[in-house]
Amino acid sequence: MRNNAPEGAAISIRALHVIRGGNEVLPHIDLDVPRGQIVGLLGPSGGGKTTLMRAIVGAQIVAGGSVEVLGHPAGSAVLRSRIGYVTQAPSIYPDLTARENLAYFARTVGEGADAVATTLHHIGLADAADRPVSTLSGGQESRVSLGAALVGDPELLVLDEPTVGLDPALRRDLWGLFHELRDAGKTLLVSSHVMDEASRCDRLVFIRDGAILADDTFESILADTGTDNADAAFLALTDRRAA
Amino acid sequence: MNLALTWNTAKRVLTQLRRDPRTLAMLIVLPTGLTWLLQYIFSESPVPPTGPIFNTIGPRIMGLFPLILMFIITSITMLRERQSGTLERLMVGPTGKADVILGYALAFGLVATVQAIAMTAWSVWPLGLEIPTGLWRLGLVMVLDALVGTALGLLASAVARTEFQAVQMMPMVIIPQLLLAGLFVNRSDMPVALEYVSDVLPVSYSIDAVNDILAGNGDGIWVPVAILVAFIAGSLVLGAMTLRRRTD
Repeated sequence: MRNNAPEGAAISIRALHVIRGGNEVLPHIDLDVPRGQIVGLLGPSGGGKTTLMRAIVGAQIVAGGSVEVLGHPAGSAVLRSRIGYVTQAPSIYPDLTARENLAYFARTVGEGADAVATTLHHIGLADAADRPVSTLSGGQESRVSLGAALVGDPELLVLDEPTVGLDPALRRDLWGLFHELRDAGKTLLVSSHVMDEASRCDRLVFIRDGAILADDTFESILADTGTDNADAAFLALTDRRAA
Repeated sequence: MNLALTWNTAKRVLTQLRRDPRTLAMLIVLPTGLTWLLQYIFSESPVPPTGPIFNTIGPRIMGLFPLILMFIITSITMLRERQSGTLERLMVGPTGKADVILGYALAFGLVATVQAIAMTAWSVWPLGLEIPTGLWRLGLVMVLDALVGTALGLLASAVARTEFQAVQMMPMVIIPQLLLAGLFVNRSDMPVALEYVSDVLPVSYSIDAVNDILAGNGDGIWVPVAILVAFIAGSLVLGAMTLRRRTD
């Protein structure tokens, strides 16, 4: 097993192999995610995005290979307060208010009411903070779930489809927040099946059927495929692989 | 485990209960109501020389209410936690498996204490229960019954795949214990094979403890109480072991 992670990689994956329910979901993947960037993980659902993210946060049983996160094997105890993870479905308590949800997850990483108030403001929920999550809209609910990951001020954020179902204004605001976090030195790995979010990322990883089709900047991918949008580039790469 | 993280989870579970007045009412009002019903059905029966029937039947049956209620509530709540992704989020973070399990046990233990105080007080006044030893012993056994229900419910949540299945675990896990606990036939009068089975079931020791209380043997409860405490501790450890940081 080689382990030659580039200096400063936030995530370094070598020959990651995952089998779920007898199916090979990730067949020996290599991937490096540089620190301090927003890396978009794009591809159709069922392509292995969520499995890859779960392997990075240490929640996925893996069949082989290595995953190093911030210099430690994925799932190490030292990483637990340094990674923020947002699952695709909001994983929060619907009977608690937004503030109570954030306060609960904040205390798991030793943060208090100040961090909660700041985070509520960041996710634009300061006004709805004291309503039970079950009375919030789907978009507000997914922002509470995001807030529960942000509240501990983690170095690495792993966000599984954080903008799905949000209106364009909210998506713009959230991407603004992601850029702020990136500018503050955080690393973000953001998955999406919406190709038009490609231009908002510093780097893109195209993934389909567990295979990485491309791992580069948006500009380089467009130049390489001779296309002018992410959808066309993705199709070109799919066809190239099939050929 | 970490005390602050355990209390964090206990506090969160209690806040959730507070937000759900129906469940909270069910936890306190339902067992007291059932105790009243139990007293009422015997109220016109002829009084045997040993005293009112409620005095001997009441304490034996009352402990089953918290056992069953806590089993159902814990198994469903914990199953939701496993399925909604909140447990996965917690397991990715610094919270330990023991913090989650003990947090639940602590929260439900506090509720069980309130429940036991309400039921004991209610059974004495206005229902007129008289027992030969201190009432606190009966209250203690009821709190332990509730914790047995909590611990078994946590385990059941690991086996059940859906809430529908979790509810079905109740008759499977609880009813055989009721039949074998010595409520209907003294454990020593049962076929030997069944007597051995009843020896390893916690509810048997809860009934043993109540029998000691009713026999006026207050100090006799400490052996069954110690066995119940050991069973609860063992089940909680087992429950914590069913939580996984990594899943498929």
